[in-house]
Amino acid sequence: MAKSRIGRAEQLNGWLFIAPALVLLGIFMIYPILWSLWMSFQTGRGMNYSFGGFANIIRLTEDPVFIRALTNTGIFLVVQVPIMIVLALLFAAALNNPNLRFRGFFRTAIFLPCVTSLVAYSILFKSMFASDGVINDLAMVLRLMDAPISWLGDPFWARVVIILAITWRWTGYNMIFYLAAMQNIDKSIYEAARIDGVPAWARFVYITLPMLKPVILFTTVISTIGTLQLFDEVNNITLGGPSDSTLTLSLYIYNLTFKFMPSFGYAATVSYVIVLLVAVLSYLQFLVARDRKA
Amino acid sequence: MSRLAANLRAALVYGLLSLAAFLSIFPFFWMLVGTTNTAADIIKGKVSFGGALSQNISNLFAQVDMLQVFWNSAFLAVVGTILTLAVSSLAGYAFEMFQSKTRERLFSVLLLILSIPFAAIMVPLFVMMAKLKLINTFTAILLPIIASVFIIFYFRQATKAFPRELRDAAKIDGLKEWQIFIYIYLPVMRSTYAAAIIIVFLANWNNYLWPLIVLQTNENKTLTLVISSLASSYYPDYGVVMVATVLATLPTVIVFFLLQRRFVEGLTGSIK
Repeated sequence: MAKSRIGRAEQLNGWLFIAPALVLLGIFMIYPILWSLWMSFQTGRGMNYSFGGFANIIRLTEDPVFIRALTNTGIFLVVQVPIMIVLALLFAAALNNPNLRFRGFFRTAIFLPCVTSLVAYSILFKSMFASDGVINDLAMVLRLMDAPISWLGDPFWARVVIILAITWRWTGYNMIFYLAAMQNIDKSIYEAARIDGVPAWARFVYITLPMLKPVILFTTVISTIGTLQLFDEVNNITLGGPSDSTLTLSLYIYNLTFKFMPSFGYAATVSYVIVLLVAVLSYLQFLVARDRKA
Repeated sequence: MSRLAANLRAALVYGLLSLAAFLSIFPFFWMLVGTTNTAADIIKGKVSFGGALSQNISNLFAQVDMLQVFWNSAFLAVVGTILTLAVSSLAGYAFEMFQSKTRERLFSVLLLILSIPFAAIMVPLFVMMAKLKLINTFTAILLPIIASVFIIFYFRQATKAFPRELRDAAKIDGLKEWQIFIYIYLPVMRSTYAAAIIIVFLANWNNYLWPLIVLQTNENKTLTLVISSLASSYYPDYGVVMVATVLATLPTVIVFFLLQRRFVEGLTGSIK
Protein backbone atom coordinates (compact mmCIF):
# COMPACT_ATOMS: atom_id res chain seq x y z
CA MET A 1 0.00 0.00 0.00
CA ALA A 2 2.68 2.44 1.05
CA LYS A 3 4.81 1.43 -1.90
CA SER A 4 2.08 2.12 -4.43
CA ARG A 5 1.50 5.57 -2.93
CA ILE A 6 5.15 6.49 -3.44
CA GLY A 7 4.85 5.16 -6.96
CA ARG A 8 1.83 7.35 -7.64
CA ALA A 9 3.60 10.43 -6.24
CA GLU A 10 6.57 9.73 -8.51
CA GLN A 11 4.24 9.33 -11.48
CA LEU A 12 2.63 12.67 -10.72
CA ASN A 13 5.99 14.42 -10.31
CA GLY A 14 7.24 12.83 -13.52
CA TRP A 15 4.37 14.41 -15.43
CA LEU A 16 4.47 17.75 -13.58
CA PHE A 17 8.19 18.23 -14.24
CA ILE A 18 7.93 17.62 -17.96
CA ALA A 19 4.57 19.35 -18.39
CA PRO A 20 5.89 22.86 -19.22
CA ALA A 21 8.25 21.51 -21.87
CA LEU A 22 5.60 19.19 -23.33
CA VAL A 23 2.98 21.91 -23.58
CA LEU A 24 5.40 24.30 -25.29
CA LEU A 25 6.73 21.65 -27.67
CA GLY A 26 3.19 20.59 -28.47
CA ILE A 27 2.09 24.11 -29.38
CA PHE A 28 5.25 25.44 -31.03
CA MET A 29 6.75 22.31 -32.56
CA ILE A 30 4.33 19.42 -33.06
CA TYR A 31 1.34 21.55 -34.06
CA PRO A 32 3.36 23.54 -36.67
CA ILE A 33 4.77 20.32 -38.12
CA LEU A 34 1.27 18.86 -38.57
CA TRP A 35 -0.12 22.20 -39.75
CA SER A 36 2.66 22.37 -42.32
CA LEU A 37 1.77 18.89 -43.56
CA TRP A 38 -1.89 19.90 -43.92
CA MET A 39 -0.92 23.24 -45.51
CA SER A 40 1.15 21.51 -48.16
CA PHE A 41 -2.11 20.26 -49.69
CA GLN A 42 -3.63 23.76 -49.79
CA THR A 43 -3.26 26.24 -52.62
CA GLY A 44 -3.92 29.96 -52.74
CA ARG A 45 -2.35 33.27 -51.77
CA GLY A 46 -2.11 34.81 -48.32
CA MET A 47 -4.84 33.67 -45.96
CA ASN A 48 -7.18 32.65 -48.81
CA TYR A 49 -6.46 29.03 -49.47
CA SER A 50 -8.37 25.94 -50.43
CA PHE A 51 -7.71 22.25 -50.77
CA GLY A 52 -5.57 21.59 -53.80
CA GLY A 53 -4.72 17.92 -53.53
CA PHE A 54 -1.35 17.21 -55.06
CA ALA A 55 -1.26 20.53 -56.93
CA ASN A 56 1.72 21.76 -54.89
CA ILE A 57 3.71 18.61 -55.50
CA ILE A 58 3.05 18.89 -59.23
CA ARG A 59 4.07 22.55 -59.05
CA LEU A 60 7.36 21.49 -57.42
CA THR A 61 8.32 19.36 -60.40
CA GLU A 62 7.54 22.20 -62.81
CA ASP A 63 9.19 24.99 -60.83
CA PRO A 64 12.66 25.75 -62.25
CA VAL A 65 13.55 27.93 -59.23
CA PHE A 66 12.80 25.06 -56.85
CA ILE A 67 14.88 22.67 -58.97
CA ARG A 68 17.74 25.17 -58.89
CA ALA A 69 17.48 25.61 -55.10
CA LEU A 70 17.45 21.83 -54.68
CA THR A 71 20.47 21.42 -56.98
CA ASN A 72 22.41 24.18 -55.20
CA THR A 73 21.68 22.69 -51.79
CA GLY A 74 22.80 19.31 -53.14
CA ILE A 75 26.04 20.77 -54.50
CA PHE A 76 26.83 22.46 -51.17
CA LEU A 77 26.13 19.19 -49.38
CA VAL A 78 28.14 16.89 -51.64
CA VAL A 79 31.15 19.19 -52.02
CA GLN A 80 31.38 21.00 -48.70
CA VAL A 81 30.64 18.34 -46.07
CA PRO A 82 33.33 15.84 -47.23
CA ILE A 83 35.99 18.57 -47.59
CA MET A 84 35.27 19.87 -44.12
CA ILE A 85 35.24 16.45 -42.45
CA VAL A 86 38.52 15.39 -44.07
CA LEU A 87 40.16 18.69 -43.06
CA ALA A 88 38.81 18.41 -39.52
CA LEU A 89 40.12 14.85 -39.22
CA LEU A 90 43.57 15.88 -40.48
CA PHE A 91 43.81 18.79 -38.05
CA ALA A 92 42.60 16.64 -35.18
CA ALA A 93 45.16 13.93 -36.02
CA ALA A 94 47.97 16.50 -36.12
CA LEU A 95 46.85 18.15 -32.87
CA ASN A 96 46.44 14.82 -31.10
CA ASN A 97 50.24 14.41 -31.08
CA PRO A 98 51.30 15.29 -27.50
CA ASN A 99 54.79 16.29 -28.70
CA LEU A 100 53.45 18.93 -31.04
CA ARG A 101 54.63 22.41 -30.14
CA PHE A 102 52.14 25.34 -29.93
CA ARG A 103 49.33 22.78 -29.67
CA GLY A 104 47.08 25.04 -27.59
CA PHE A 105 47.61 27.94 -29.96
CA PHE A 106 46.78 25.92 -33.09
CA ARG A 107 43.72 24.37 -31.47
CA THR A 108 42.36 27.70 -30.25
CA ALA A 109 43.09 29.42 -33.58
CA ILE A 110 41.36 26.77 -35.69
CA PHE A 111 38.40 26.65 -33.29
CA LEU A 112 38.01 30.44 -33.03
CA PRO A 113 35.75 30.85 -36.14
CA CYS A 114 33.04 28.93 -34.23
CA VAL A 115 32.48 31.82 -31.83
CA THR A 116 31.39 34.21 -34.59
CA SER A 117 27.74 34.59 -35.41
CA LEU A 118 26.72 33.29 -38.82
CA VAL A 119 25.64 36.75 -39.89
CA ALA A 120 28.85 38.44 -38.68
CA TYR A 121 31.23 36.11 -40.47
CA SER A 122 29.08 36.15 -43.61
CA ILE A 123 29.52 39.89 -43.80
CA LEU A 124 33.27 39.61 -43.22
CA PHE A 125 33.46 37.16 -46.13
CA LYS A 126 31.31 39.38 -48.32
CA SER A 127 33.66 42.31 -47.77
CA MET A 128 36.83 40.23 -48.21
CA PHE A 129 35.63 38.79 -51.51
CA ALA A 130 34.65 42.19 -53.00
CA SER A 131 35.83 42.50 -56.61
CA ASP A 132 38.74 44.87 -55.75
CA GLY A 133 38.96 43.34 -52.31
CA VAL A 134 41.62 41.84 -50.11
CA ILE A 135 41.32 38.23 -51.34
CA ASN A 136 41.92 39.25 -54.94
CA ASP A 137 44.87 41.42 -53.81
CA LEU A 138 46.43 38.59 -51.81
CA ALA A 139 45.93 36.03 -54.56
CA MET A 140 47.53 38.38 -57.09
CA VAL A 141 50.49 39.13 -54.84
CA LEU A 142 51.04 35.41 -54.30
CA ARG A 143 50.63 34.92 -58.08
CA LEU A 144 47.84 32.40 -57.53
CA MET A 145 45.98 34.03 -60.40
CA ASP A 146 46.63 36.54 -63.18
CA ALA A 147 43.46 38.61 -63.14
CA PRO A 148 41.08 39.47 -60.29
CA ILE A 149 38.02 37.24 -60.05
CA SER A 150 34.55 38.68 -59.72
CA TRP A 151 33.83 36.31 -56.83
CA LEU A 152 30.29 37.31 -56.04
CA GLY A 153 29.31 38.23 -59.59
CA ASP A 154 30.00 34.85 -61.13
CA PRO A 155 27.69 31.87 -60.48
CA PHE A 156 30.54 29.37 -60.12
CA TRP A 157 32.78 31.52 -57.89
CA ALA A 158 29.84 32.65 -55.76
CA ARG A 159 29.26 29.00 -54.88
CA VAL A 160 32.96 28.61 -54.15
CA VAL A 161 32.79 31.57 -51.73
CA ILE A 162 29.82 30.04 -49.90
CA ILE A 163 31.63 26.70 -49.62
CA LEU A 164 34.84 28.39 -48.40
CA ALA A 165 32.85 30.40 -45.87
CA ILE A 166 31.02 27.43 -44.37
CA THR A 167 34.25 25.43 -44.28
CA TRP A 168 35.99 28.29 -42.45
CA ARG A 169 33.21 28.52 -39.87
CA TRP A 170 32.66 24.82 -39.10
CA THR A 171 35.93 22.90 -39.59
CA GLY A 172 37.19 23.74 -36.10
CA TYR A 173 33.84 22.75 -34.62
CA ASN A 174 34.08 19.27 -36.13
CA MET A 175 37.75 19.04 -35.24
CA ILE A 176 36.94 19.48 -31.55
CA PHE A 177 34.62 16.44 -31.66
CA TYR A 178 37.30 14.29 -33.31
CA LEU A 179 39.98 15.50 -30.94
CA ALA A 180 37.83 14.65 -27.91
CA ALA A 181 37.13 11.19 -29.35
CA MET A 182 40.80 10.58 -30.22
CA GLN A 183 41.84 11.39 -26.67
CA ASN A 184 39.49 8.66 -25.45
CA ILE A 185 41.22 5.96 -27.52
CA ASP A 186 43.40 3.69 -25.41
CA LYS A 187 47.05 4.66 -25.99
CA SER A 188 48.26 1.06 -25.57
CA ILE A 189 46.62 0.08 -28.90
CA TYR A 190 48.90 2.55 -30.66
CA GLU A 191 51.90 1.35 -28.68
CA ALA A 192 51.25 -2.25 -29.71
CA ALA A 193 50.84 -1.24 -33.35
CA ARG A 194 54.02 0.82 -33.27
CA ILE A 195 56.00 -2.08 -31.80
CA ASP A 196 54.61 -4.28 -34.58
CA GLY A 197 56.01 -1.78 -37.06
CA VAL A 198 52.71 -0.38 -38.33
CA PRO A 199 53.44 2.99 -40.00
CA ALA A 200 51.73 6.16 -38.84
CA TRP A 201 49.34 6.47 -41.80
CA ALA A 202 48.21 2.86 -41.33
CA ARG A 203 47.64 3.43 -37.62
CA PHE A 204 45.43 6.37 -38.56
CA VAL A 205 43.47 4.43 -41.20
CA TYR A 206 43.13 1.11 -39.36
CA ILE A 207 42.92 2.21 -35.72
CA THR A 208 41.87 5.85 -35.46
CA LEU A 209 39.24 6.01 -38.20
CA PRO A 210 37.31 2.86 -37.17
CA MET A 211 37.33 4.04 -33.54
CA LEU A 212 35.99 7.43 -34.60
CA LYS A 213 33.18 6.02 -36.73
CA PRO A 214 30.34 6.96 -34.32
CA VAL A 215 31.64 10.53 -33.99
CA ILE A 216 32.17 10.88 -37.73
CA LEU A 217 28.63 9.65 -38.28
CA PHE A 218 27.30 12.10 -35.67
CA THR A 219 29.12 15.08 -37.20
CA THR A 220 28.11 14.05 -40.73
CA VAL A 221 24.45 13.95 -39.73
CA ILE A 222 24.74 17.32 -37.93
CA SER A 223 26.52 18.88 -40.93
CA THR A 224 23.99 17.44 -43.36
CA ILE A 225 21.08 18.87 -41.38
CA GLY A 226 22.92 22.19 -41.11
CA THR A 227 23.65 22.38 -44.82
CA LEU A 228 20.08 21.48 -45.77
CA GLN A 229 18.97 24.47 -43.66
CA LEU A 230 21.60 26.86 -45.05
CA PHE A 231 20.17 30.36 -44.82
CA ASP A 232 22.18 32.98 -42.90
CA GLU A 233 25.24 32.77 -45.16
CA VAL A 234 23.52 32.90 -48.52
CA ASN A 235 21.10 35.59 -47.39
CA ASN A 236 23.98 37.81 -46.25
CA ILE A 237 26.77 37.05 -48.74
CA THR A 238 24.97 36.60 -52.06
CA LEU A 239 21.21 36.92 -51.42
CA GLY A 240 20.96 33.71 -53.41
CA GLY A 241 22.48 35.26 -56.53
CA PRO A 242 23.88 35.77 -59.05
CA SER A 243 20.92 34.43 -61.04
CA ASP A 244 19.87 32.05 -58.24
CA SER A 245 23.20 30.19 -58.34
CA THR A 246 23.42 30.14 -54.52
CA LEU A 247 19.70 30.02 -53.74
CA THR A 248 19.07 27.36 -51.08
CA LEU A 249 15.85 25.61 -50.10
CA SER A 250 15.55 27.58 -46.85
CA LEU A 251 16.10 30.88 -48.62
CA TYR A 252 13.51 29.90 -51.22
CA ILE A 253 10.96 29.11 -48.49
CA TYR A 254 11.72 32.47 -46.90
CA ASN A 255 11.29 34.25 -50.24
CA LEU A 256 8.06 32.40 -51.01
CA THR A 257 6.61 33.39 -47.65
CA PHE A 258 7.97 36.81 -46.88
CA LYS A 259 9.30 38.37 -50.10
CA PHE A 260 6.72 37.51 -52.74
CA MET A 261 2.93 37.36 -52.34
CA PRO A 262 2.85 34.77 -49.57
CA SER A 263 2.08 31.30 -50.79
CA PHE A 264 1.94 29.41 -47.49
CA GLY A 265 0.79 26.12 -48.97
CA TYR A 266 3.55 25.90 -51.53
CA ALA A 267 6.18 27.09 -49.03
CA ALA A 268 5.04 24.33 -46.67
CA THR A 269 5.45 21.79 -49.48
CA VAL A 270 9.03 22.95 -50.11
CA SER A 271 9.73 22.76 -46.39
CA TYR A 272 8.56 19.16 -46.34
CA VAL A 273 11.12 18.42 -49.05
CA ILE A 274 13.77 19.45 -46.47
CA VAL A 275 12.16 17.27 -43.79
CA LEU A 276 12.13 14.33 -46.20
CA LEU A 277 15.76 14.91 -47.24
CA VAL A 278 16.91 15.12 -43.60
CA ALA A 279 15.09 11.89 -42.78
CA VAL A 280 16.32 9.96 -45.83
CA LEU A 281 19.93 11.19 -45.64
CA SER A 282 20.22 10.56 -41.87
CA TYR A 283 18.83 7.06 -42.40
CA LEU A 284 21.23 6.36 -45.29
CA GLN A 285 24.19 7.57 -43.27
CA PHE A 286 23.23 5.24 -40.41
CA LEU A 287 22.90 2.35 -42.86
CA VAL A 288 26.33 3.05 -44.38
CA ALA A 289 27.92 3.23 -40.94
CA ARG A 290 26.30 -0.03 -39.87
CA ASP A 291 27.32 -1.89 -43.03
CA ARG A 292 30.95 -0.96 -42.61
CA LYS A 293 30.93 -2.19 -39.06
CA ALA A 294 29.63 -5.64 -40.02
CA MET B 1 67.63 9.54 -44.53
CA SER B 2 64.84 8.67 -42.12
CA ARG B 3 65.77 11.74 -40.14
CA LEU B 4 65.33 13.82 -43.25
CA ALA B 5 61.93 12.20 -43.80
CA ALA B 6 60.95 12.95 -40.21
CA ASN B 7 62.05 16.57 -40.60
CA LEU B 8 60.11 16.91 -43.84
CA ARG B 9 57.05 15.48 -42.18
CA ALA B 10 57.34 17.87 -39.26
CA ALA B 11 57.76 20.79 -41.67
CA LEU B 12 54.64 19.70 -43.53
CA VAL B 13 52.57 19.36 -40.35
CA TYR B 14 53.71 22.72 -38.93
CA GLY B 15 53.31 24.34 -42.34
CA LEU B 16 49.75 23.13 -42.77
CA LEU B 17 48.74 23.97 -39.20
CA SER B 18 50.25 27.45 -39.49
CA LEU B 19 48.39 28.04 -42.74
CA ALA B 20 45.15 26.85 -41.15
CA ALA B 21 45.73 29.05 -38.10
CA PHE B 22 46.51 32.05 -40.32
CA LEU B 23 43.38 31.53 -42.43
CA SER B 24 41.28 31.08 -39.29
CA ILE B 25 42.52 34.25 -37.64
CA PHE B 26 42.78 36.48 -40.71
CA PRO B 27 39.04 37.42 -40.88
CA PHE B 28 39.23 38.55 -37.21
CA PHE B 29 42.23 40.72 -38.06
CA TRP B 30 40.37 41.95 -41.13
CA MET B 31 37.41 42.90 -38.94
CA LEU B 32 39.59 44.88 -36.50
CA VAL B 33 41.49 46.64 -39.29
CA GLY B 34 38.17 47.38 -40.98
CA THR B 35 36.89 49.35 -38.00
CA THR B 36 39.68 51.87 -38.58
CA ASN B 37 39.25 52.26 -42.33
CA THR B 38 36.78 54.02 -44.59
CA ALA B 39 34.31 52.00 -46.65
CA ALA B 40 36.24 52.82 -49.83
CA ASP B 41 39.50 51.50 -48.35
CA ILE B 42 37.85 48.30 -47.09
CA ILE B 43 36.39 47.53 -50.50
CA LYS B 44 39.84 48.09 -52.01
CA GLY B 45 41.30 45.54 -49.61
CA LYS B 46 43.42 47.80 -47.37
CA VAL B 47 44.99 45.58 -44.69
CA SER B 48 46.69 48.25 -42.56
CA PHE B 49 45.16 50.27 -39.76
CA GLY B 50 43.74 53.64 -40.79
CA GLY B 51 42.41 56.70 -38.98
CA ALA B 52 38.66 56.39 -39.49
CA LEU B 53 37.78 54.59 -36.25
CA SER B 54 36.13 57.48 -34.43
CA GLN B 55 34.31 58.51 -37.61
CA ASN B 56 32.98 54.97 -38.06
CA ILE B 57 31.86 54.76 -34.44
CA SER B 58 30.05 58.07 -34.54
CA ASN B 59 28.46 57.20 -37.90
CA LEU B 60 27.16 53.94 -36.45
CA PHE B 61 25.70 55.61 -33.38
CA ALA B 62 24.17 58.32 -35.57
CA GLN B 63 22.44 55.74 -37.80
CA VAL B 64 21.33 53.25 -35.18
CA ASP B 65 20.16 53.52 -31.58
CA MET B 66 22.94 51.15 -30.50
CA LEU B 67 22.06 51.22 -26.80
CA GLN B 68 18.54 50.04 -27.56
CA VAL B 69 19.78 47.42 -30.05
CA PHE B 70 22.38 46.07 -27.65
CA TRP B 71 19.77 45.93 -24.90
CA ASN B 72 17.36 44.02 -27.19
CA SER B 73 20.00 41.41 -28.02
CA ALA B 74 21.13 41.08 -24.42
CA PHE B 75 17.57 40.87 -23.09
CA LEU B 76 16.56 38.14 -25.53
CA ALA B 77 19.76 36.19 -24.95
CA VAL B 78 19.64 36.39 -21.13
CA VAL B 79 15.90 35.88 -20.60
CA GLY B 80 15.83 33.21 -23.30
CA THR B 81 18.70 31.35 -21.66
CA ILE B 82 17.13 31.45 -18.18
CA LEU B 83 13.73 30.25 -19.42
CA THR B 84 15.19 27.56 -21.67
CA LEU B 85 17.35 26.16 -18.89
CA ALA B 86 14.52 26.24 -16.36
CA VAL B 87 11.99 24.43 -18.54
CA SER B 88 14.30 22.10 -20.45
CA SER B 89 16.60 21.01 -17.62
CA LEU B 90 13.55 20.22 -15.46
CA ALA B 91 12.19 18.00 -18.23
CA GLY B 92 15.55 16.33 -18.90
CA TYR B 93 15.93 15.59 -15.18
CA ALA B 94 12.42 14.14 -14.92
CA PHE B 95 12.74 11.95 -18.02
CA GLU B 96 15.72 10.28 -16.37
CA MET B 97 14.58 10.32 -12.72
CA PHE B 98 10.94 9.29 -13.06
CA GLN B 99 10.81 6.69 -15.77
CA SER B 100 7.61 5.22 -17.11
CA LYS B 101 6.66 3.44 -20.31
CA THR B 102 4.49 6.29 -21.59
CA ARG B 103 7.19 8.87 -20.94
CA GLU B 104 9.82 6.71 -22.64
CA ARG B 105 7.62 6.62 -25.74
CA LEU B 106 7.16 10.39 -25.57
CA PHE B 107 10.91 10.79 -25.31
CA SER B 108 11.44 8.79 -28.52
CA VAL B 109 8.97 11.07 -30.27
CA LEU B 110 10.96 14.07 -29.01
CA LEU B 111 14.17 12.59 -30.42
CA LEU B 112 12.48 12.38 -33.82
CA ILE B 113 11.69 16.10 -33.58
CA LEU B 114 15.36 16.82 -32.99
CA SER B 115 16.09 16.52 -36.70
CA ILE B 116 13.16 18.64 -37.91
CA PRO B 117 14.71 21.73 -39.48
CA PHE B 118 13.48 25.14 -38.39
CA ALA B 119 12.64 26.00 -42.00
CA ALA B 120 9.89 23.38 -41.84
CA ILE B 121 8.03 25.09 -39.03
CA MET B 122 8.78 28.77 -39.58
CA VAL B 123 5.83 29.38 -41.88
CA PRO B 124 3.18 27.93 -39.53
CA LEU B 125 4.91 29.57 -36.55
CA PHE B 126 4.72 32.92 -38.28
CA VAL B 127 1.04 32.51 -39.14
CA MET B 128 0.37 31.41 -35.55
CA MET B 129 2.16 34.45 -34.11
CA ALA B 130 0.30 36.73 -36.52
CA LYS B 131 -3.04 35.29 -35.37
CA LEU B 132 -2.02 35.74 -31.73
CA LYS B 133 -1.01 39.35 -32.57
CA LEU B 134 2.50 38.68 -31.30
CA ILE B 135 4.43 39.88 -34.36
CA ASN B 136 7.06 42.46 -33.30
CA THR B 137 7.12 41.21 -29.73
CA PHE B 138 9.89 39.50 -27.81
CA THR B 139 7.31 36.98 -26.59
CA ALA B 140 7.06 35.63 -30.13
CA ILE B 141 10.86 35.18 -30.24
CA LEU B 142 11.00 33.45 -26.86
CA LEU B 143 7.97 31.12 -26.90
CA PRO B 144 9.23 28.65 -29.52
CA ILE B 145 12.78 28.40 -28.10
CA ILE B 146 12.05 27.82 -24.40
CA ALA B 147 11.44 24.09 -24.73
CA SER B 148 14.52 22.80 -26.53
CA VAL B 149 14.63 19.11 -27.38
CA PHE B 150 18.40 19.32 -27.64
CA ILE B 151 18.77 20.74 -24.11
CA ILE B 152 16.25 18.24 -22.70
CA PHE B 153 18.30 15.45 -24.27
CA TYR B 154 21.53 17.02 -23.01
CA PHE B 155 20.25 17.15 -19.41
CA ARG B 156 18.84 13.64 -19.56
CA GLN B 157 22.28 12.35 -20.58
CA ALA B 158 23.99 14.38 -17.83
CA THR B 159 21.49 13.23 -15.19
CA LYS B 160 22.64 9.63 -15.69
CA ALA B 161 25.79 10.68 -13.81
CA PHE B 162 23.85 12.31 -10.95
CA PRO B 163 24.27 10.20 -7.77
CA ARG B 164 20.86 8.76 -6.90
CA GLU B 165 21.88 8.27 -3.25
CA LEU B 166 21.77 12.05 -2.87
CA ARG B 167 18.13 12.07 -3.85
CA ASP B 168 17.32 9.10 -1.59
CA ALA B 169 19.05 10.75 1.37
CA ALA B 170 17.21 14.02 0.75
CA LYS B 171 13.91 12.16 0.59
CA ILE B 172 14.57 10.54 3.95
CA ASP B 173 15.27 14.03 5.28
CA GLY B 174 11.77 14.95 4.12
CA LEU B 175 12.56 17.13 1.11
CA LYS B 176 9.90 17.34 -1.58
CA GLU B 177 10.77 16.54 -5.19
CA TRP B 178 10.89 20.19 -6.28
CA GLN B 179 13.13 20.99 -3.29
CA ILE B 180 15.46 18.16 -4.26
CA PHE B 181 15.67 19.60 -7.76
CA ILE B 182 16.42 23.14 -6.59
CA TYR B 183 18.57 22.56 -3.51
CA ILE B 184 20.44 19.37 -4.47
CA TYR B 185 20.35 18.78 -8.24
CA LEU B 186 21.06 22.38 -9.33
CA PRO B 187 24.21 22.92 -7.27
CA VAL B 188 25.58 19.43 -7.98
CA MET B 189 25.10 19.83 -11.73
CA ARG B 190 26.48 23.35 -12.00
CA SER B 191 29.12 22.45 -14.60
CA THR B 192 26.43 20.90 -16.80
CA TYR B 193 24.47 24.12 -16.41
CA ALA B 194 27.53 26.20 -17.26
CA ALA B 195 28.05 24.31 -20.50
CA ALA B 196 24.35 24.52 -21.37
CA ILE B 197 24.29 28.25 -20.62
CA ILE B 198 27.09 28.81 -23.12
CA ILE B 199 25.35 26.79 -25.85
CA VAL B 200 21.96 28.44 -25.37
CA PHE B 201 23.29 31.95 -24.84
CA LEU B 202 25.34 31.83 -28.04
CA ALA B 203 22.44 30.40 -30.03
CA ASN B 204 20.14 33.17 -28.78
CA TRP B 205 22.67 35.98 -29.15
CA ASN B 206 23.37 34.94 -32.76
CA ASN B 207 19.81 33.98 -33.70
CA TYR B 208 18.93 35.42 -37.09
CA LEU B 209 16.19 33.79 -39.14
CA TRP B 210 13.36 33.80 -36.57
CA PRO B 211 13.99 37.39 -35.36
CA LEU B 212 14.29 38.45 -39.02
CA ILE B 213 10.78 37.14 -39.61
CA VAL B 214 9.18 38.36 -36.37
CA LEU B 215 10.87 41.68 -35.52
CA GLN B 216 10.07 44.27 -38.14
CA THR B 217 10.29 47.63 -36.38
CA ASN B 218 13.53 49.50 -35.70
CA GLU B 219 12.90 49.73 -31.94
CA ASN B 220 13.03 46.00 -31.34
CA LYS B 221 15.72 44.90 -33.81
CA THR B 222 18.63 42.86 -32.47
CA LEU B 223 22.32 43.43 -33.15
CA THR B 224 22.40 40.57 -35.65
CA LEU B 225 19.49 42.05 -37.60
CA VAL B 226 21.08 45.50 -37.58
CA ILE B 227 24.40 44.22 -38.93
CA SER B 228 22.61 42.28 -41.62
CA SER B 229 20.55 45.26 -42.74
CA LEU B 230 23.52 47.67 -42.60
CA ALA B 231 25.53 45.33 -44.84
CA SER B 232 22.74 44.60 -47.28
CA SER B 233 22.31 48.10 -48.68
CA TYR B 234 23.56 48.60 -52.23
CA TYR B 235 26.68 50.49 -51.12
CA PRO B 236 27.21 49.32 -47.55
CA ASP B 237 29.35 51.54 -45.33
CA TYR B 238 31.69 48.74 -44.32
CA GLY B 239 33.57 50.83 -41.77
CA VAL B 240 30.32 51.24 -39.82
CA VAL B 241 29.43 47.58 -40.40
CA MET B 242 32.80 46.45 -39.01
CA VAL B 243 32.30 48.42 -35.78
CA ALA B 244 28.89 46.80 -35.33
CA THR B 245 30.34 43.38 -36.12
CA VAL B 246 33.03 43.81 -33.47
CA LEU B 247 30.33 44.77 -30.94
CA ALA B 248 28.37 41.63 -31.84
CA THR B 249 31.39 39.33 -31.76
CA LEU B 250 33.14 40.69 -28.68
CA PRO B 251 30.78 39.20 -26.05
CA THR B 252 31.04 35.72 -27.53
CA VAL B 253 34.83 35.91 -27.87
CA ILE B 254 35.07 37.03 -24.22
CA VAL B 255 32.78 34.20 -23.08
CA PHE B 256 34.90 31.79 -25.09
CA PHE B 257 38.23 32.84 -23.59
CA LEU B 258 36.85 33.00 -20.04
CA LEU B 259 35.21 29.59 -20.19
CA GLN B 260 37.26 27.87 -22.87
CA ARG B 261 37.29 24.47 -21.19
CA ARG B 262 33.57 24.50 -20.39
CA PHE B 263 32.88 25.81 -23.87
CA VAL B 264 34.54 22.83 -25.51
CA GLU B 265 32.96 20.45 -23.00
CA GLY B 266 29.62 21.99 -23.77
CA LEU B 267 29.95 21.49 -27.48
CA THR B 268 31.18 17.92 -27.30
CA GLY B 269 29.35 16.92 -24.12
CA SER B 270 26.20 15.94 -25.94
CA ILE B 271 27.74 12.81 -27.43
CA LYS B 272 29.33 11.40 -24.31
